[in-house]
Amino acid sequence: MIETDIIIIGAGPVGLFTVFEAGLLKLHCHLIDALPQPGGQCSEIYPKKPIYDIPGIPEILAGDLVKDLLKQIEPFKPGFTLGDPAIDIEETADNQFIVTTKEGIKHKAPNIAIAGGLGVFIPRKPPVPELKQFEGKGVEYIIKDPEDYRGKNVVISGGGDSALDWAIFLAEGVAKKVTLIHRSQSFRAHPDSVQKAMDMAESGKIKMLLDAEVKSIGGNEKLSDIHITTKADGPVTLNADNWLPLFGLTPKLGPIANWGLLIEKNAIKVDNSTDYSTNRDGIYAIGDVNTYPGKLKLILCGFHEATLMVQSAFKRIYPDKKNVLKYTTVSGVNGFE
Amino acid sequence: MENIINITVVDREGKEHKLEAPTDMNMNMMELCKSYELPVAGTCGGMAMCASCQMYVLTDHVPIQRNYDEQAMLDEAWNVEDNSRLGCQINLTNELEGLKVQLAPHVEEESEDDW
Repeated sequence: MIETDIIIIGAGPVGLFTVFEAGLLKLHCHLIDALPQPGGQCSEIYPKKPIYDIPGIPEILAGDLVKDLLKQIEPFKPGFTLGDPAIDIEETADNQFIVTTKEGIKHKAPNIAIAGGLGVFIPRKPPVPELKQFEGKGVEYIIKDPEDYRGKNVVISGGGDSALDWAIFLAEGVAKKVTLIHRSQSFRAHPDSVQKAMDMAESGKIKMLLDAEVKSIGGNEKLSDIHITTKADGPVTLNADNWLPLFGLTPKLGPIANWGLLIEKNAIKVDNSTDYSTNRDGIYAIGDVNTYPGKLKLILCGFHEATLMVQSAFKRIYPDKKNVLKYTTVSGVNGFE
Repeated sequence: MENIINITVVDREGKEHKLEAPTDMNMNMMELCKSYELPVAGTCGGMAMCASCQMYVLTDHVPIQRNYDEQAMLDEAWNVEDNSRLGCQINLTNELEGLKVQLAPHVEEESEDDW
């Protein structure tokens, strides 16, 4: 059991900054995120996009903002449970919460801050009717262990970095055969990866089918056939052991909707007049995941919400302890041992 | 009225919504739909990175000119037609007076097994 003062669900920019503000009050934090890396949308969706409305920073790439936030919170030694979404919240008899992840890791704290942004990132699934039937029986959206594909006949769909990088990796001596299917002639991946994949297609290491799309799949028990249509040749059927539709990730509110919180327009209702608390005492929601009259989904608003929220969390833990606002210019940043 | 154009949006149930759209607020079609609380997610905030604001342009006075990022995203989206655009990439200008669009079908991607 991981024990801390505040469990932060969501390691995006607002979740990360919560660690800093909590640290100033000597509160420890542990972050949980479904993604394998911290940063939330900033890392997953737009790391190379500039942000212009962080006060005092005229321009910063989203990925760099995450790097700087991680550096800023380093003195407060946050814990991380990454690549593993928070699934369940239970209350204990001693007024604490236990948050359990999909992998079964348990975290205990008197306070929870949900900084879940738009929710859990899940794979975008193509609308192929038989998809569900073959999930786990040849169809995978996330590659957990490339060794699973050793000696296999693998078909990959998609035109982004994930599709290209895996096609290249698996074609270099792992899979028996790799076919890459994409609906267009151009890719939205890193130019180096595109060039490399094109070169491998030229030398026959990757079979590339462009202007093509998977329409249906079939097989007995396990996947064996992939039916595609191509602009040039019409319908084509491929034999395959695996189909990996790699179309990126999309956020969904997911398990957050099952935690007994008031949800309005896909966001958690909070009390913005005080401390961004939800309808459950001890559970707060900050950043893009919350809603209140006049809410703006901006990182800078999330930072403000986090700052007020940790003050309230402090009072819940130490109702009788005196606490005054400290200016970092006066006190500096006193990290944890 | 100056700087206001009329736009029609057909929702996923086939219902037509007549919208008055400002052309001096640097808004796009995704944002316009959201401001009228039409069911457009705009998940990525308008970066042409999610296709949740895909719409079909039904009137022919608007040229179908997709930009590079938009085309790349539509190459990986579903239910794409020749007249598909991402609403977030259609900036509201006076030339769009009378534009009519239809929201592309919502693709249900989540299931309990995903988390």
